[in-house]
Amino acid sequence: MILATGLDTRYGALGSNASRPDGAAKVQGGFAFSSDMWAENMLWGATLRSPHPHARLVDIDVSDAWKITGVECIVTADDVPGEPNYGLIMQDQPVFARVGDVVRYLGEPILAVAADHPETCRRALAAVKVTYEILEPVTDAERCIDGSAPPIHPLGNVFRHQRILTGDQTIVGEIQVEGTYEIGMQDQAFLGLEAALAVPDSGGDGVELYIATQWLHEDRKQIAACLAMPEDKVRLVLGGVGGAFGAREDISLQVHTCLLALRTGRPVRIAYSREESFYGHVHRHPATIWMRHHADASGRILRIESRMVFDGGAYCSTSPAVLINAITHAQGPYKCDNATVDGWALRTNNPPCGAMRGFGVVQACFAHESQMDKLAAATGLSPVEIRLRNAMETGDRLITGQIMDSVAPVARCITETDRIPLPAPLPENAHELLIPGGTGLTALPSNIRRGIGWGVSIKNLMYSEGFDDFSTARCRIADGAVHVKFATAEVGQGFVMLAQQIARTVLGVDDVFLDPIDTQVGSAGSTSASRQTWMSGGAVDAACRAVRDELLDRVAADRGLVRAELRVEGTNIVDSLTGTTIAVGEVIGEYDIDHTVEYRHPATEDLDEDGHGNCHVAFAFVAHRAVVDVDPDLGLVKVVQIATAQDVGRVLNPLSVQGQVEGGIAQGLGLAVMEEIIVTDGKVRNPSFTDYLLPTFLDAPTVDMILIEEHEPKSPLGAKGVGEPPCVSVTPAIANAIRDAVGRELPRVPIRPYDICI
Amino acid sequence: MPVLRPRSVDHLLELLADTPDVSVLAGGTDMMVEINLHGRRPGTVLPIGSLEELREWEHQRRAGTVTIGAAVPYADMETGELAELVPALAQAARTVGSPQIRAAGTIGGNLGTCSPAGDILPVLSALDAVIHVLHRDHSRDVHFSDFMTGVKRNSLRPGEFVHSVTVPVTRGWQGYAKVGTRNAMVISTASACLVHDAVEGHVALALGAVAPTIVRASRAEAWLSKQIDLRGSFSVSVETAQEFGRRAASETSPISDHRSTADYRRHAVSVLARRLLERSAA
Ligand SMILES: Cc1cc2nc3c(=O)[nH]c(=O)nc-3n(C[C@H](O)[C@H](O)[C@H](O)COP(=O)(O)OP(=O)(O)OC[C@H]3O[C@@H](n4cnc5c(N)ncnc54)[C@H](O)[C@@H]3O)c2cc1C
Repeated sequence: MILATGLDTRYGALGSNASRPDGAAKVQGGFAFSSDMWAENMLWGATLRSPHPHARLVDIDVSDAWKITGVECIVTADDVPGEPNYGLIMQDQPVFARVGDVVRYLGEPILAVAADHPETCRRALAAVKVTYEILEPVTDAERCIDGSAPPIHPLGNVFRHQRILTGDQTIVGEIQVEGTYEIGMQDQAFLGLEAALAVPDSGGDGVELYIATQWLHEDRKQIAACLAMPEDKVRLVLGGVGGAFGAREDISLQVHTCLLALRTGRPVRIAYSREESFYGHVHRHPATIWMRHHADASGRILRIESRMVFDGGAYCSTSPAVLINAITHAQGPYKCDNATVDGWALRTNNPPCGAMRGFGVVQACFAHESQMDKLAAATGLSPVEIRLRNAMETGDRLITGQIMDSVAPVARCITETDRIPLPAPLPENAHELLIPGGTGLTALPSNIRRGIGWGVSIKNLMYSEGFDDFSTARCRIADGAVHVKFATAEVGQGFVMLAQQIARTVLGVDDVFLDPIDTQVGSAGSTSASRQTWMSGGAVDAACRAVRDELLDRVAADRGLVRAELRVEGTNIVDSLTGTTIAVGEVIGEYDIDHTVEYRHPATEDLDEDGHGNCHVAFAFVAHRAVVDVDPDLGLVKVVQIATAQDVGRVLNPLSVQGQVEGGIAQGLGLAVMEEIIVTDGKVRNPSFTDYLLPTFLDAPTVDMILIEEHEPKSPLGAKGVGEPPCVSVTPAIANAIRDAVGRELPRVPIRPYDICI
Repeated sequence: MPVLRPRSVDHLLELLADTPDVSVLAGGTDMMVEINLHGRRPGTVLPIGSLEELREWEHQRRAGTVTIGAAVPYADMETGELAELVPALAQAARTVGSPQIRAAGTIGGNLGTCSPAGDILPVLSALDAVIHVLHRDHSRDVHFSDFMTGVKRNSLRPGEFVHSVTVPVTRGWQGYAKVGTRNAMVISTASACLVHDAVEGHVALALGAVAPTIVRASRAEAWLSKQIDLRGSFSVSVETAQEFGRRAASETSPISDHRSTADYRRHAVSVLARRLLERSAA
């Protein structure tokens, strides 16, 4: 429930609850997700994966697989014509493991087959004989720091080591609190599994790939390199995407599908199962974070110290960037002049980790918000007072030396959240569904204790550290209608709706046609880092403005009006000189106008050796207050309410923001109390939704939210990204609430029942 | 794989006896997972969901029993008259999966799978249920304690299937409680069913997911009978309830796995046993 919002604009324009063009089809089941794709004469592809986390690949014998009727193609590392490896930052991940080389995680692709039926593929994979020489897996990231683990990759076991040394390293606070915190490996758990359809060009010198991804152009770059094809021969079209949350940033089945299609000259489709999906994409980094806060007697933070160890798993993915996010957010949304931070992102034989909603900041936030409660206890202040006392403001200098030049309403987030009414106590005759344990009937209300906890966070928006981050959009008036084109991956966040809202507002039309999302226009960058509303929103806005300006120029010229007096208001062109109006819809049929615009955010810098530099573009803030009911004897938890006030810049679509906030809270709740990929000795123990537990509706709390609208001057639309912040600080808020209820330290998430009661 | 649709229970028995490598399919909520996820390929499948006789239940008033057809789905046990007659069964049924699973999944399927975490099984154990097993050439009644023989193992022989299950309608409180790591749609990490027979003066306690089979805490039951007169309504002290829980837990042999730890499971059933006993006394 949104507790307050102003909503008075034209329906469908910016600020209104415009409905989504893909909404009805998704709700009714008619939307074609990428796993629904099909082509005439299509083959099915499937991937054989390593059952070992670390082994030498001695031999692959495919002779029996070839004997199975219906098998059309088998590709291995020898069949990759171009770059044998891919990767977003470091090209260290093989398309297929090569005989003589090693596999580095359980699930690493060995080969792919194409056949006439998925069942034929299954049999073919079962018929392949692979000989492995099993090696000791490196599963403890610490061993990569002390050097006791042998390098498991030619590029070594350290993805990145970065420190931040700021201010006076010797300051010792009158009050010190410390702890070592652990964050488990979370999965993005999108519902739409990985799926792609590759259609080869006749002649085989090009390929078209329909793919559920977060960034078409980056995929294309990596695929083309592996296929040894010019980029323009690899055309990508966005397949229907059922969620992403970071798990679709990396290459998974893209190259495999294209290779099989090019080899067979037939369309090939690969679709992962849920189990394969757990092996096929990167996860949230498990991390161990030590932190010590120094404060004066009044609770003011003087210095932070931290050591962060992120287990990146077998391949690099975005580990270095995740690490940088973690260490640069170590101070949280609080003033801090002195810092000693040391961060490591390391290679092990665990599943590869990379981007997930919150991108390193989730881990850092769990640590600093756990610390803030310890600081509150040590100073005798309330959790609210300690946070308000240290709240960051615009103009503050961050531990990287960067000046906070975003709107930074941290104190307001906290006070507004604090004003949201608390829920009523659990009634004595509470319905079973309201009690921890639910229909399991494990408890009566008298068995339950309530706790309240806080979490506040800062999250960077867009790409950092000097990355050339831009987005492209094209807007056309043609055939009397407005068309907008972009390569922005619609992964469920609703950019297709936002683009229409922008065009309606800028151009004064009601109908806006969206061209297919593909690589026939410039890159939009990734749908990640809370960046598309700002970046692609900025690009669409700029393209629409360019079209509108030309339209007004030409209307003025053709009708002998004074250009400077013309503006679009509602759905009309208004001439302020005469007060006359012309409906936009009446004139656009007369013109063909076409503009393509690239939007770039202000440039950022790399961090230097001591972790200094203007590495981030902008920031958003949020506060969460969690109310939980806990059964202390059984360790079962029910999150009753999340109150939140979020710094959103400007609300462009209230319903859409509400969806992001509620969804992010559910995801953060999952990390707090149940979601974890359990890995022992490099093996995933729970690669299914039977045992990887996601919150259900009965686990989801009431969410009471306030959206704080202080327009961000740097943002083209005044809005900040709202996707990641909701899931960053809700996890520690829930952990702090459980701690409040049961009085235990609980330094690890997810908090398991036995952590609470054994 | 061939799917043969039996026209009647007799026809089903013929097919079961005559067809090699044959599997009965009820709601399919276990079997389709086996097929789709674990690559199980049964030779021949016999769907029984359309056999009306197996989807019915009957209250034998004179005998004080209820007989439930093997293909009765959970949805039919959750509410209504059956739920009033055997409340613990209703409570256990309510904890199973989601509404979709409860509409499809059956009591016979839970017995066919015989998972230690099967939610209906502790109820059948605590009620000393009798399983009616049919074969073309014979029939036999099997006590639940003889039916489940291990993890996903039961004493059904080739050609046999579960026709129905009979449980007593008891006088006294009964209830089921299940611990899982989320508030719905979860496999049990520990569960307990307690049935108070106010006439005989006995409390039965069965524990799920804490041993290869469902555990009847018979030593704790016997101990309790010596502490309190359990005829009619009774009251129980906190200490006695706690000791009952402790004793019950000591009769289990749980494992540690990716779902939980042995210590937690033992602890959880002791808490559940204590709470159920307190509820039955209240
Ligand atoms: C999402 C999901 C959630 C679940 N949650 C739970 C849960 O919370 N608690 C729980 O206990 N279970 C749960 N299950 C498992 C399953 O729903 C139950 O075990 C259910 O009782 C199986 O019944 P069915 O009719 O679907 O069996 P089927 O899948 O049709 O059959 C299961 C097995 O029993 C055999 N069988 C079926 N009927 C008979 C018969 N009459 N005689 C002999 N053998 C027979 C079959 O041959 C097969 O081997 C869940 C399953 C899913 C998919």
